Parts: sequence; C-alpha cells; structure tokens
Amino acid sequence: MLDKTAENGEFKYVGTRPQRPDGVDKVTGRARFGADMVMPGMLVGKVLRSPHAHAKIKSIDTSAAEALKGVKAVITAADLTADVPEAEYDTMVNCIAHGKALYDGHGVAAVAATSQAIANKALKLIKVDYEVLPHVTDVEEACKDDAPLLHDNIFTEGLEEEPTTPSNISGRVQFGHGDVEKGFAAADTIVERKFRTEATHQGYIEPHACVGNLSADGTGELWCCTQGHYMVRNSCAAILGIDISRLRVTASEIGGGFGGKTTIFIEPIALALSRKAGRPVKVVMTRDEVFRATGPTSSASMWIKIGAKSDGTITAMEGLLKYQGGAFKGTWVSLGCMTAFACYRADHMKTVGYDVLVNRPRAAAYRAPGAPMAAFAVESVVTELAEKLGIDPLEFRLQNAAKEGDQSSYGPKHRAHGLIETLETAKAHEHYNTPLGPNQGRGIACGFWFNFGGQTSTSLNVGADGTVNISVGTVDVGGSRASMCLMVAEELGVPYEKVRCVVADTSSLGHNDTTDGSRTTFASGMALILSARDAKQKLCARAAKIWEIPEEAVEWVDGHARPAGPNAGEFDPMSLAEIAGKAETTGGPIAGHHEYNARGAGVSFATHMVDTEVDPDTGRVTVLRYTVIQDAGKAVHPAYVEGQFQGGAVQGIGWAINEEYIYGEDGRLQNPGFLDYRIPVASDLPMIDTVIIENPNKGHPYGVRGVGETSIVPPMAAIANSVSAAAGVRMTELPMSPPRVLKAMDDAKA
Amino acid sequence: MSQIHVQTTINGDETEFLCDAEETLLDALRDKLGLTGAKEGCGTGDCGACSVTVDGRLVCSCLVLGAEAHGREITTIEGMANGEELHPLQQKFLDHAALQCGICTPGFLVAAKALLDRNPNPTETEVRYWLAGNLCRCTGYDKIIRAVMDTAAEMRGA
Repeated sequence: MLDKTAENGEFKYVGTRPQRPDGVDKVTGRARFGADMVMPGMLVGKVLRSPHAHAKIKSIDTSAAEALKGVKAVITAADLTADVPEAEYDTMVNCIAHGKALYDGHGVAAVAATSQAIANKALKLIKVDYEVLPHVTDVEEACKDDAPLLHDNIFTEGLEEEPTTPSNISGRVQFGHGDVEKGFAAADTIVERKFRTEATHQGYIEPHACVGNLSADGTGELWCCTQGHYMVRNSCAAILGIDISRLRVTASEIGGGFGGKTTIFIEPIALALSRKAGRPVKVVMTRDEVFRATGPTSSASMWIKIGAKSDGTITAMEGLLKYQGGAFKGTWVSLGCMTAFACYRADHMKTVGYDVLVNRPRAAAYRAPGAPMAAFAVESVVTELAEKLGIDPLEFRLQNAAKEGDQSSYGPKHRAHGLIETLETAKAHEHYNTPLGPNQGRGIACGFWFNFGGQTSTSLNVGADGTVNISVGTVDVGGSRASMCLMVAEELGVPYEKVRCVVADTSSLGHNDTTDGSRTTFASGMALILSARDAKQKLCARAAKIWEIPEEAVEWVDGHARPAGPNAGEFDPMSLAEIAGKAETTGGPIAGHHEYNARGAGVSFATHMVDTEVDPDTGRVTVLRYTVIQDAGKAVHPAYVEGQFQGGAVQGIGWAINEEYIYGEDGRLQNPGFLDYRIPVASDLPMIDTVIIENPNKGHPYGVRGVGETSIVPPMAAIANSVSAAAGVRMTELPMSPPRVLKAMDDAKA
Repeated sequence: MSQIHVQTTINGDETEFLCDAEETLLDALRDKLGLTGAKEGCGTGDCGACSVTVDGRLVCSCLVLGAEAHGREITTIEGMANGEELHPLQQKFLDHAALQCGICTPGFLVAAKALLDRNPNPTETEVRYWLAGNLCRCTGYDKIIRAVMDTAAEMRGA
C-alpha cells in the first residue's frame, strides 16, 4: 500500500503548511457554527431538566405550559417512537427520560415557543411529580451490594455464572495473555498501587446547537454541530420513526468536540418539537446544560501491579479497572483495559474491567476514551518500579517497549510503529538533559491509541477550468479540509490552491462514519487519494480519445496526461485544465469516487516529558516545560499535527491538575460552569514543544497514521511522575489540585 | 412590556435596534443585527468567546445589556478586516495555524487587538495574562501566543 515515503522525497504538497481553506471565514466571524443558523419562521426550543439525581417520574402535566401564549409545542417521552431499535434505545432515553430521571440534568420535557423568554416561562409551568429515590454517584459505592440500583433489568454480563440479581455492574471484561501468577513468581521486584481519577468534561467552547425542520410527512432537514452527521441522521430517524432517506442533515462548522459530539442530545428533541409545531425549531444548550447533561468521561478506580527481574525485564502486568459510565452501559472500561499495557512487551498480562452504573450523565467519548486514566495508573507504577530497580525510567521503558511482532495487550501482534523512536528522541532531547531547580521534578510517560478506519465515501469533481472540488462526509474538527486538499493536490499534481473541499450533507454522499478514532485524515484521505486515482484514469482515457491512441498508452505525470510506450513524445502533454476544458465533447463531466470500509489504520504512540514545580506551602503545581514526541506516520499538514499534539497535552494538563466533576451529597453537580470547572488558560501554561516522528503506516498510500487522540494519553501520567518527584511523594489521585498535593505531602511527613 | 430603543454605532455604522430590558448585548448583536461573529460559550463571562469593545474597552458582550450600547461605539470581529484586507492579527492567526475549530478565534482576535492597541510591545507573559480571559480548548494556546507576538513585532516594524 505504502507507495510514497518521506525518505524518497517524493512529496511536493504533503508535508507543507499552507493556509487552511476555511481560514478566512474563521478569522472574520463569517464561519457558521451550530447556533448561527436561522430559518424562516423559526421557534426557540428549551429542555426541562431533572433537578434530582434519581427520581421516578410519576406524572407530567404540560397543560399550563401549552396554554401559554406563544408556546407552539410541548413534548415528553411519549412523543418519541415507541419501537425504537435496541441499539438506539439508551440514546433516546438519555435525551428524554422515560419514567425515571437518572441524573441531575436529565431531560424530562421540552417546549418550543416564539421567544426564549416565553420558552423559559413555559418550562416553569410544566408540573413534574417526582418521587425522589436514593442515588449513587461514586464508582466504588455503586459496586456495593446495598447501593441504590439504577436499573432493575441490568444483570452483570461477562461473568462465568449468570447472575440472578440485577446489579450496577453492567459488565465484566478481561484481556491479556499468559499466566500472571507465573510471571509475578519470576519477578524480583513488584510494585502495586491503587489509583483514583475524577470525571472530566471535553470542554468544547461551543455548546450543542441545532435547528430542526420536520414536516408531518416525515421529511425534514437538520442543521447541527456534530462530529458525525450521518450518525445524527440515523439515530434521529430511528428515534422519530422516519426513513433515513427523508432526513437531510448538514453539519455546521463545529466549535470543538473531542469525542463529546459523537452522540446526540438535543437533535431528536428539536425535530420532534418541529414536527408538532409545524415550524423550524432551534435548540441551543446553555453551558450549565452542557456540563450537567453531556460529555463527561468516566471516573475511575484502578489497581495496577507490575513485576520485573532485577535486570529490568518486566515479567508480568496486571490491572483491575472500574469505570463508571454514567447511568447507561458503556464500553469505555474495555478500551482502558486494552490500552493499559499496550506500550509494553511482557509474557504475562491480564486486565479485568468493570463497567459501573451511577447517577451521572452518560459518559461520552473523550479523546482516546478510556485510555488516559489507565495510562496514568500504569505509567505511574512503571516509573516507581524503575526507581525501585535503580534504573532510569526512560531506559526501563526502552528496555520493555513493545516492538513489531510482539504480542500486544489487546489481541493482535504489533506491527511496525514509532514507540522506540519517540523514546530515543526523548532521551537525546535537550529537555531531558537540562538540570532542575529546587521543588521541581521531571516526569515522562508513554501512551498509545489504536486509531481507526471505518466506513467512508468521498467524491471528486473536475471543473471546466481544471480546478477540483472534493466532497467528504467526515466533519472537519481541526483543519482536516486542508489535509484533504493537500493529499488530492499531491495525487493529481495540481496546486493546493486549485483544490477545494466541502463537508457534504447526508443526502449527497454515501454513509460516512463519525469523525472519531483519529480516522478522518487517514480514512477520508485515503478515499480521496483513491478517488483521485479513479479520476486520473478517466483523464487519461479522455486524452487517449483526443489523441486517438489506446488508453493504456497514456500515463499521468506531474498534473498532465502524457503519451507513453510507442507513442511517447508523439503528442504534447495535456494538463488537467486542458482535458477538463474538452470534457463536454469527450464524454461529459469527469469525476472520481471511492467508497469502502477503511482497513489498515496505524497505531500511534507518544512519549511526553514534563517539568513541574510544586509550591511546598500551598501544594500548587506549575507546569514549567512540556515536550510532546509522537509518531504521526506522515504529517500531512505539520502545523495542524503539532496543534493536535499541543491541544491534547494541554487537555491532559487540565485533567491532571484542575479539572473534576464535583457532586454534592444531594447527587447534584456542584460546578457546572467554566468558573468552577476550570480548564487551563493561557497564563497557566508554557509553550508546548513538539517533535513529529514519521514512522510510516504501511496501511496508507502516504504512510498516514491518526494523530488526534494519542496526545491526551500520557499527560496525566507524565505530570504525576513529575509532581511525585517534586513533592517527594507518589501521587495516586487526580486531579492533583493544591489541597490533594498538600495533603499527600503532609501525610508523607506524618 | 415595551422594548427599549437603542441608537448606537457598530463597526463605524450608525445602527438602531429595539431590545428587551434584560437582553444582553450579545443576543442583540446575534439575534437582532445578524452579527454572529461573537459567540456564546458560557453566558457568564468566563470564556471570552463573545468579546467585543465598547468605546474601546474590551468586554464580554454576554455581561453587557443591549440597552447599554446606547450612545456608545461598539466594535466586533466583523469590523476588524478592512474590506478584503485582513488585519495583521487575522493574517498571523492563519499563518501560525493559531486556530483549530475556530469558535474562540473571533474573541481572541478582538481581545488581542485590544492588547496591541494599548501595548504594542507586550512580553509573552503579558500576552498570556491579557488573554487569560479567553478560553481555547483546541490549541493549548501555543500557536495563538506566537501569532500575537509575531503580529506585534511586525506592526512595530521590527
């Protein structure tokens, strides 16, 4: 597959840093995001949310709200389809509670009115008769036998014996190979520890927003900010009981997602309100709603045990991970278990995971979902074990790093990847070899993410003037349209500026999976390369027709059709523009397409390095210096690759030091705003240095791996290792906020 | 309840609109005047995505009432470029790839311009503290800070 590499210097456009195609609109305020859409006759929709963590909904009286002048529709669970497919059932119930409110902020009813003021007034007129139930928000508490039960129809899956009583533990998973008991018996030194992490939110700056317009006959359109408009279409159609072909979804510009916009919250509500009111309805979440009802990650309780011989060889790695996924079943703990030990080679590995239900919002994906907290625990133990063995933590990682052909922790054998290169680069980096001052510590950590391919459909159209339009169905969350244009320019041999990319609506292209799993530049990029090859074949055929020679006697070189073989040199090469200009008389429009389920995604590894200083009087942690070294396979637009590295690192810094969901005794979220849920700001941070490693992915024509997610995996571990060194005590809980750090230091002294 | 008649100047243009007493300047700009460049990220003055200037002073327009615009001069992101010609800050944000999703970008540009209007030669620390009221979740701020510093240098003729 790999047919261009950096080494042979064949790239002309890929690897350059041109201005992004959507750039001017985004610096002038013209780009249209979710909340910027207006449709004629549009109403304002608002959602009534539960003030209780856990409550039976005995009745809902909407009559007073409906009677209010200006109110055009009120909906409850009864307005959504009764026979929704099982796969969409939890998603529907998470949008609007069915019989029971499962967390503080759970949607209960919704209204559409002629103004926001009237809509807000109408919400207050809806009378919900709640029977408040006991609640549980802590992952360990929820596992206890006497914990309040969320669902009486969920029995733990994955146990050897089928359970007879329902449980908040929805499932048990296990991964690994070998026999860890045997491995630990062969170890000279063993370290085991328990760790806790709190839930965090993706914290995208743009709240969820949409405009729905659905007719009584089930034909409609939806404008929304999402990472996957096909996913939105399919889920909404199922929940509303309409054909997917009748609902056209257009993705707006998206103001950040990070995984949090890979599911739906308000979209079927806007459509159901619109259907009932007979007018378009716009729903925009407040920040309070975003925190209470969307997003967050799992909080986690973990135990990790690793053993090694005195020469530094790891003999066994074992982990027990408990992740709460909110009030619904989740898959995140599986991903934690699979990724936990992925950076290492050991004959004996075992991870067991429990997916736990609590009265919190349904956990959504957040950048390498499930992996960062496991990496925090594992990489902390790896460093501690290295220190006990008297081996440099970086050397210890190099000694035990997973290589091509090794059995991975998650199933398959490792293929070629750049982990060792990231570690070697770190070792030689000036950062690693710079002395530290008092109260300062340096931490390193490695991280892994699978990356993903998935269903993808793209289209390429050659214009009469030789310029090129490309259509993708994968939402551009961070500049991917620029990367798409670069790859097509490279393949066709036309200047970058002559290629323009749009994210097409759901009625214009075949199905595309969501922008997640770091898949877009890999999968849509490869589909476009193959679309361009399809178009090149047709361009050569047109040239052959003009020259009246066989098609196979034409080749495409440097943006031109050129006669080859016995006809070589007989005709002047024709440019793409010249062939396009004659398209009408040679067979009509020239286009290329590709549809596939992309395989061959390349895993991505990173090593992060951080210096922190801990204030011994307050426990405050300051990040002094940070370096990200990650394997990109091939960086298509290096500036945006660096941006992914830096953004992931800083989200990790927030998770490590500041960010946490705080629940009160009443089960309600105490900090649903950016003042009390504090994400990093510019004055908290240093510059974030980056080094791009290019170990090509053989599953992509140009070697591309995904880069978006791995960057959030190592930071919490790297910072924990750094803070532990600076504070002189091993930190085992996130976030490492001043009170926690101070307490750990005080406890260590006592 | 009758609405308030507001006469104001927005990006140099004399403008008038009616608004409710409790309506924010941000809602008036976005919903009444179609100036959707300012974004609502929080509605509580924590994120800076709605940054505009009122008589040259940098504010979160979600914390200002529409009625308070009466008799004032408002500038928004829509007033930053001069026709086809981008402001140097806008060009540098593009050159440095200082945006990913772009939702915070209008607020950052308005805030950064307010800084450079006051202090044409800020240190990195001054830039970081001035922009601490603007949240960006994508970039980690690195390329934003570099873009602002580079603009300042260019505008000084350095």
